[in-house]
Amino acid sequence: MRIPCPICGTRDRREFYYQGAAELLHRPAPDAGDAAWDDYLHNRDNPCGETRDLWFHEAGCGAWLVVTRNTATHEVMGAELAEKVAS
Amino acid sequence: MANLVALSPCAGLLPQTIGAVTIAEVEPGRITAILPFKGQQKAVAETLKTALGVGFPAPGRSEAKAGARMVWVGKGEALLMGADCPDLPGAAFVDQSDAWCVVEIAGEAAEDVLARLVPVDLRAAVFKRGHTVKSLLGHMTASITRTGANAFQIMVFRSMAETLVEELTHAAKGVAARG
Repeated sequence: MRIPCPICGTRDRREFYYQGAAELLHRPAPDAGDAAWDDYLHNRDNPCGETRDLWFHEAGCGAWLVVTRNTATHEVMGAELAEKVAS
Repeated sequence: MANLVALSPCAGLLPQTIGAVTIAEVEPGRITAILPFKGQQKAVAETLKTALGVGFPAPGRSEAKAGARMVWVGKGEALLMGADCPDLPGAAFVDQSDAWCVVEIAGEAAEDVLARLVPVDLRAAVFKRGHTVKSLLGHMTASITRTGANAFQIMVFRSMAETLVEELTHAAKGVAARG
């Protein structure tokens, strides 16, 4: 598996650290209520197919990436800087 | 007062010549990590250019001018080597001179040895003089820069010096054994 880092180019998976679903970037407002926070903290989809998750380019440039990939075919469709997705 | 003896990270371990490669420690002089603040990279590059003749390198690149070198080592971060850092109001800059172990691997088989350890294509056709990568060497994070036709500079954290020498000599012996 290789991940196309927007800064470094396509790199081997072993340079990256996996964090989890990219939903982490969409933090609810502090007063959004228990249900929204419970959902944000604990509930994740487990898709068969396209998924977006956060990877850290630990051994490379040190950027956080949002990687779009397919859990069924293992295809990696692309990666973008998390700071761009979050802002 | 005790008489303290300065030891380089690879003291007693290098230099070594194995087959067609020579692995030697490099005395890098002063090393300063420079991290420009948000939106300040251009101003920092101009200050550096005026003071030392080197700018802030693009990702995967290094620059050199009269002994001073800037090596890209990460997102928004570069190391200034071999020169004192001027005052940079638009950046965080930290002396890391003793934090790094700097090694040069040179010789005809240098590419072959690194190909056993680094998961990035370092062949001359795609990785030219002055190009640099931050990647893995074995299980260590390392900064690798091509310094010549058959020469690379490798930098790892000082605490990893012995592991680096072990990895490089092991790989070099493997390459040499194949003839």
